[in-house]
Amino acid sequence: MTEAKLARLSDAQPGERFRIAKINIEGTMKRRLLDLGFVPGCEVTVLQKSPLGDPTAYRVSHTTIALRKEESDHIYGERIDNE
Amino acid sequence: MNKREYTIALAGNPNTGKSTLFNVLTGLRQHTGNWPGKTVVHAEGFFTYKNEEYRIIDLPGTYSLYSNSADEEVARDFIIFSKPDVTLVVLDATALERNLNLALQVLEMTDRVIICLNLMDEAKKKGIVIDIANLSKKLGVPVVPLAARNKEGIEELLETVARMVHGEINTTPLVVSYSRAIEEKIAKLLPLVKEVVGEEYPARWVALRLLDGDTSLLHALQHHPHHFLKEGATYACHCAKSV
Repeated sequence: MTEAKLARLSDAQPGERFRIAKINIEGTMKRRLLDLGFVPGCEVTVLQKSPLGDPTAYRVSHTTIALRKEESDHIYGERIDNE
Repeated sequence: MNKREYTIALAGNPNTGKSTLFNVLTGLRQHTGNWPGKTVVHAEGFFTYKNEEYRIIDLPGTYSLYSNSADEEVARDFIIFSKPDVTLVVLDATALERNLNLALQVLEMTDRVIICLNLMDEAKKKGIVIDIANLSKKLGVPVVPLAARNKEGIEELLETVARMVHGEINTTPLVVSYSRAIEEKIAKLLPLVKEVVGEEYPARWVALRLLDGDTSLLHALQHHPHHFLKEGATYACHCAKSV
């Protein structure tokens, strides 16, 4: 799949599922995201946005992790339709 | 009679029941304090098993040892520089996929590891079945199932710890293999790393850290009072760059 066709994690809405394809971040932050479970191939569920819209809580490998848009903008993948 | 005190480190993700296990093992014989020069609080306690003294250190709960936050550095430095006799890696049996990340990292650093599969009671409730013998075989180290808050599995754990400190357990920690490009670079670096750090530190792990550009480790190595490391670390850094 080409990158142009991939969605950003930050575009996924609460309730939606998302499969990560690529993380366009380098260095320590990338390492941190991988350690937290944001690994290419894995599925993330968008839980809820905080009152001001940022950060957003995600369910990833049985734990809730909140990311700022700063990070979720650079995580690419596909939105998975429910049903 | 052997009056030696053995040191046990407790590592694990946050919320795996690490501190519960710590409290069960130490009872009330514990105190919390600060590492010199660090602000991250750690707890240290003592216990006796079969007439032998053990000191146990509750390291900060982390998902990794590589992201360079202060608590991860404390955990990493303790395992590398203080060389505990045994490192217990406490895993949440209900979220193994997430938890094994840290376990594999620790296995790259030391072969004196016991995996504690905690929250087995929770796992049972959720219908999760874990093939413990197979997991232990794959990881190459003992795996002990626990439900620390019900004090289940503690006796088996203590017995395993005692056997490990007495050298009665041979481990063969799983070696993670990386892509060919990375393995070739590791092979190039290994002799240089061994030349600089000798048998003092796990060479493959140090090589990997150098390839990752882990400057925080290099700083820690430089500041560690070890006679030949001061120039060594800088030298190793140059080697890593040239590879």
